[in-house]
Amino acid sequence: MAYLELNELRRSFGPVVALNGINVSLDQGEFLSLLGPSGCGKTTALRLVAGFDRPDSGSIVVDGKDMTRVSPNRRDMGMVFQAYSLFPNMTAEQNVEFGLRIRKNKRGARRKRVKELLELVGLEHAVKRYPHQLSGGMQQRVALARALAIEPRVLLLDEPLSALDAKVRVQLREEIRRIQTQLGITTLYVTHDQEEALSVSDHVAVMWSGRIEQMGTPSEMYSAPATPFVAEFIGTMNRLQSVVVDGERGEVEHAGTRLTVDAARGRTRGEKVMVLVRPELLVLEPSANGAAGDNTLAGEVVTHTFLGSVTRLKVQSREAELISDVATARVASLPVGQPVVAHVPNEGTRLLTLTEEPASFELDPDNP
Amino acid sequence: MLPFLAYALAFLFVPAGEVIVGAFKNAHGHATTEHIRQIVHQPYRQQYWLSIKVSLITAGLGCLFGLAIAYAAIREGTPRVVRTVVTTFSGVAANFAGIPLAFAWIATLGTIGIVTKFIHDHLGYDIYGHGFTIFGERGVELVYLYFQIPLMILVIAPAIDGLRREWREAASNLGANSWQYWRHVGIPVLMPSFLGAFILLFGNSFSAYATAYGLAANGIALIPITIGFYYSGNVLSDPHLAQALAFGMFAVLAVMMLIYVPLQRRSARWMR
Amino acid sequence: MRRRWIAPSAIVWLVVASAFFLIPLIATFLFSLQSLQTNKCCTSAAYSLIIHSHQFWHTIRLSFVLALETIAISLLLFVPTVYWVHLRVPRFRPVLGFMALVPFVVPPIILVVGLLNLYKGAPSWFYDKPYGFLATAYVILAFPYMFFSLDAGFRAIDVHTLTEASQNLGASWRTTLVRVILPNIRVAALGGSFLTLAIVMGEFTIASLSTFQTFPTYIQFVNETQPYEAAALSLLSFLIVWAAMLALLFVGRGRPRPVQVAATR
Repeated sequence: MAYLELNELRRSFGPVVALNGINVSLDQGEFLSLLGPSGCGKTTALRLVAGFDRPDSGSIVVDGKDMTRVSPNRRDMGMVFQAYSLFPNMTAEQNVEFGLRIRKNKRGARRKRVKELLELVGLEHAVKRYPHQLSGGMQQRVALARALAIEPRVLLLDEPLSALDAKVRVQLREEIRRIQTQLGITTLYVTHDQEEALSVSDHVAVMWSGRIEQMGTPSEMYSAPATPFVAEFIGTMNRLQSVVVDGERGEVEHAGTRLTVDAARGRTRGEKVMVLVRPELLVLEPSANGAAGDNTLAGEVVTHTFLGSVTRLKVQSREAELISDVATARVASLPVGQPVVAHVPNEGTRLLTLTEEPASFELDPDNP
Repeated sequence: MLPFLAYALAFLFVPAGEVIVGAFKNAHGHATTEHIRQIVHQPYRQQYWLSIKVSLITAGLGCLFGLAIAYAAIREGTPRVVRTVVTTFSGVAANFAGIPLAFAWIATLGTIGIVTKFIHDHLGYDIYGHGFTIFGERGVELVYLYFQIPLMILVIAPAIDGLRREWREAASNLGANSWQYWRHVGIPVLMPSFLGAFILLFGNSFSAYATAYGLAANGIALIPITIGFYYSGNVLSDPHLAQALAFGMFAVLAVMMLIYVPLQRRSARWMR
Repeated sequence: MRRRWIAPSAIVWLVVASAFFLIPLIATFLFSLQSLQTNKCCTSAAYSLIIHSHQFWHTIRLSFVLALETIAISLLLFVPTVYWVHLRVPRFRPVLGFMALVPFVVPPIILVVGLLNLYKGAPSWFYDKPYGFLATAYVILAFPYMFFSLDAGFRAIDVHTLTEASQNLGASWRTTLVRVILPNIRVAALGGSFLTLAIVMGEFTIASLSTFQTFPTYIQFVNETQPYEAAALSLLSFLIVWAAMLALLFVGRGRPRPVQVAATR
């Protein structure tokens, strides 16, 4: 029996369908990220779980108890908001203590717990400060300690890092994961940042227009995206529109070039598919005469984007624009304007049956 | 810059100083505390008390009602248009004071006012027969509320806007009910603005002259009315006594500030 | 909790507030329609008496001209001052802000007592004329509202860059002020002006104690003898404030809410 279950949750705001029936089941101590672009319904889902909003239909079950109609102050869920959620009139210490005071815990026990938690988030030196005297990162640490103080059944995090600097963001997300593992607390984490989601979660659910497109472990999501949307949203992907030529040998044709990919074995001839190749798997070689060998696409280097240990190259081939990550040390042999061939690997590619074009979407860091 | 300073000096600071100095002079221009001693005795002591009482009551009620109405107009769920209407109307009503306001209320609740007659004719109740009068202390307070409440709405609305939804949700998430949220978060956060508004409303009511004059020139002995009386060139005219009374007003306002500043400092501790 | 509908307690408060604020206005209107002979509704006699009254036109004109004069003096006095403070001596801004609060602490009743005393011996073109004495006092009353409006206006623009850009292109101080700065603070200046208009059109205390006949003292005079006309005049006065406030909202639309309270009670 799962610890947290969301069953067929639906919620509309007027004509806008924010959640179109989502199902989640999570075991105790697991960390699930709801990942998606703005307006995909992930925040709505979290607010339903917290009880700030009621679903039109569906249910929320925690530890076997139906919570759907329980008011938010009786749910025992700790929530960390995007920003500015600390009570401005209370010190860090008083903020953390708030939930315990409401629960009428003994003063001594409260003190002890507050101290433990502020140590846990590394803020023992700032207990007497007011929120406006704390940096954004410190405020979010206090908010985390405050949510944990009540020993919540579920920890809810609503884009807690989105208002912070890049460096603090990475540091704090690791800390959140460390604390979560240490306490073994069931966690729902909402974010639009795929890197963040993949790096901290046990499971990731990619959401789009009110639905969960795919749910799985981070490595499954990365290596085996189930839909074009997920493929595009998680990491960068080369998408080659192709037609299956020979299902037995795994041959497809893309823009007049034959490619052999293992994923195409067993497909029926004439099926329209999309071959998905990660940029790091697409190997580039300089070609003197533009002639292509087996399983290669010919093209020309268009741009370089330096990313550190690798450099991302854009290559214009006959039909598609290809992206390849090349070790920076090798880039000198592939200057802009250089004719190249791109080797499509047999293994490690994915194939998606094309039923319809995925609708366009935008990556927007703002919350709805 | 200089012309401005000269102007402010000539027409604001020197006249105000003149009043203070004048309070300590007698009719021949010699220094005396005679008038100052006079103002702490009857009937002036009673008049100061009445002025302070009216100001405290209208500031207190104005603050409470203004806060409630502003919150009702701003809170989630209330359509935006209500808020626009309320703040715009408040802008007008807070400025609609003095003689016309007094007269509007006389036309409403005066002895032959529309509402007075309506209650008498249709509900069979004679409010004047039961001790109410718009020309007395209660009446003045009622009329003052007509500009005190809108003033409060204008002053407190930005502070209510400053209450973030996250605070209410976080409180609720941590187990607090609505009352606990207000007690621990909402009221403390609003307190500095609330105290500031109270002192503003107090001063506003304390220095009001025209409204009380239009309502009950001779019926109600507020200090500003008495000052006007001693100054308006009638036979009892006594400029130095008027100045002494004005000095007393300064003193009351100063005492209010002395009470207000430490309270404000305490309530706004978390802002520094 | 995200509410889907208006809260019941909010409805109660809003309804009670509407009653408290609208009933006197409606009552005043009904009152002004009563006839002096029968004490019954409905006649527009009160209104026609007013518009045929020489006194009415005289005092309302006087008050209006006084308002314009006050606005003109205020702008001439405060615009260069606030500009200069923002440009050259920003240290002085809080001092000016503090000075702008002084008229709040000095009630008009005290101000007029001081002014009358101090300028008793002044030449009669100043002391005995509304356009001299009253306008002077009204500029002081308008000071806080003008100052805070203008201050907000100047804070919203980059005075330094505008001034430097203008002088860099060869403009004189005067040209800079008139051609560059003024158009940019027009809204703030208009906002302060409408508030000043509302103040002067309603000011009673100073006018009455210095025995000038302005529009508000005229209402008081009518009030003592002709109740129905007084009701009509009160409503008219209310409409003037409405007009000033709507004008204020109109010029300031889409901008931060300007200073809105300016009454003298």
